[in-house]
Amino acid sequence: MFDDFFIRALVAGIGIAFVTGPLGCFVVWRRLSYFGDTLAHSALLGVTMAYTFDLNIAISVFLISSIIALILIQLQKKTNLPGDALLGLLAHSSLAVGLVVIGFLTFIRFDIMGLLFGDILAVTTDDLLVIWTGGALILIVLKLIWKPLLASTVNYELAEAEGLNPDRAKAIFTILMAAVIAISIKMVGLLLITGMLIIPAAMARNISDSPQKMVLFSIIGGLLSVILGLYSSLEFNTSSGPSIIAAALILFILSLFKIKQSIKLKN
Amino acid sequence: MNSNKNILVKLNNAGFRQSEKWLVEGVSLTVEKGKIVTLIGPNGSGKSTTAKIALGIYKNIEGTVEKYTIKVGYVPQKISIDWTLPIRVYDFMLLTETIEDSAIDEALSLTGVIHLKNKNLGSLSGGEFQRVLIARAISKKPELLVLDEPVQGVDYTGEIALYELIKKISDTLNCGILLISHDLHMVMTATDHVVCLNGHVCCSGSPLDVAKNNEYKALFGEKASQILTTYEHKHDHVHSDEGEIKKN
Repeated sequence: MFDDFFIRALVAGIGIAFVTGPLGCFVVWRRLSYFGDTLAHSALLGVTMAYTFDLNIAISVFLISSIIALILIQLQKKTNLPGDALLGLLAHSSLAVGLVVIGFLTFIRFDIMGLLFGDILAVTTDDLLVIWTGGALILIVLKLIWKPLLASTVNYELAEAEGLNPDRAKAIFTILMAAVIAISIKMVGLLLITGMLIIPAAMARNISDSPQKMVLFSIIGGLLSVILGLYSSLEFNTSSGPSIIAAALILFILSLFKIKQSIKLKN
Repeated sequence: MNSNKNILVKLNNAGFRQSEKWLVEGVSLTVEKGKIVTLIGPNGSGKSTTAKIALGIYKNIEGTVEKYTIKVGYVPQKISIDWTLPIRVYDFMLLTETIEDSAIDEALSLTGVIHLKNKNLGSLSGGEFQRVLIARAISKKPELLVLDEPVQGVDYTGEIALYELIKKISDTLNCGILLISHDLHMVMTATDHVVCLNGHVCCSGSPLDVAKNNEYKALFGEKASQILTTYEHKHDHVHSDEGEIKKN
């Protein structure tokens, strides 16, 4: 069944959409889209590490992204630079270092376009295993920290006062972000992962009135984007990442009509 | 150790400093089960800071805080909610603890906002939101309630009803309450212990004792103290406009 590259890509994409849906909601709520970008850019360094030392790409990307997240936290504590400047510094320097390292690795033929924008031909049966077991683990952990994470998203002091340990939830969430980037990089590409996180969630925000509903619609939006995007990628011979994100954008535009309606109803 | 089993939270000479400026220092107080302790004082006197020290929100504090309960309900003074998050009153009630529907309905009815249960939190008025905040804090049947100006923005009749409710909750749930309030009438009639703050503890004791205190009068004016007494005694320091202490 998994012999067909397209079926493999479809199964991989569906697995990714189940994870990016709920995580994307928190990225939107907590205003972390630039943070997601930074981790994704640093993933290129992770990929070069994987080739250099012959490691699994997902594990290598996960390690490098986690390290970058830790460096960011340290820099925030020790410097007076604003958060967005630090994020930009880390995003672009890790991307640059990654590209420089690729330049040195002349013995390996790199498909840079595939890395940046995703490549459905690249998905192997092993990748499916990584995506589905990794994805299941991410969702289980997210379920466990759901209450403290949501409570501290609404109000940090309330969560802290009532004993929910929001700092721990935040730290765990950062690791989950690194993990979701690691499992989706091959499929979506490192330049577009943040789009996969925030566009379905933004679409869901337009049509939801509770956190749970937004998560549900975000997953559904992600699934539809993956299915639509991959079929059109096959049909028009376009990169998988841009096709998926473009499909997500169409769903987002459709969701705007729902807002228009509800505004009309209120008036 | 906790020698008295009724103690819920105890501050020993506690203080908090933010970038070299003391927000409050040298506060000692105890909240026990079934008792209401009220913090009074002018703006910037460290009332909210003291509450946050008691709640454990501030970590690097001077002195010590001993807390003997984890069942805490908190109504913060300022709460800013980010409206990128779609959230109804019902979801907000379940924010920090999973509680039964019947308990949610009961708490919302007590504060008079049951009709708003399925409304979006962002669509509420200030007073309505304040009632929801109180309902959320009491619905989890806490052992310790910390209320930071809980009735701000509530209409006058509602204010009285809510203060009566707070008094009733302290009796029925036998929970300890740390209250910050500007309503001196409420403070004087329903409170067991009053702590008057102005960067440090100016005076403390029963409402009657505090009303008699000259520092209290200096802070709140003669009228406030006439609520209960005209008793006068000699005090050993006054406050400058900056709140600094000057010995007489």
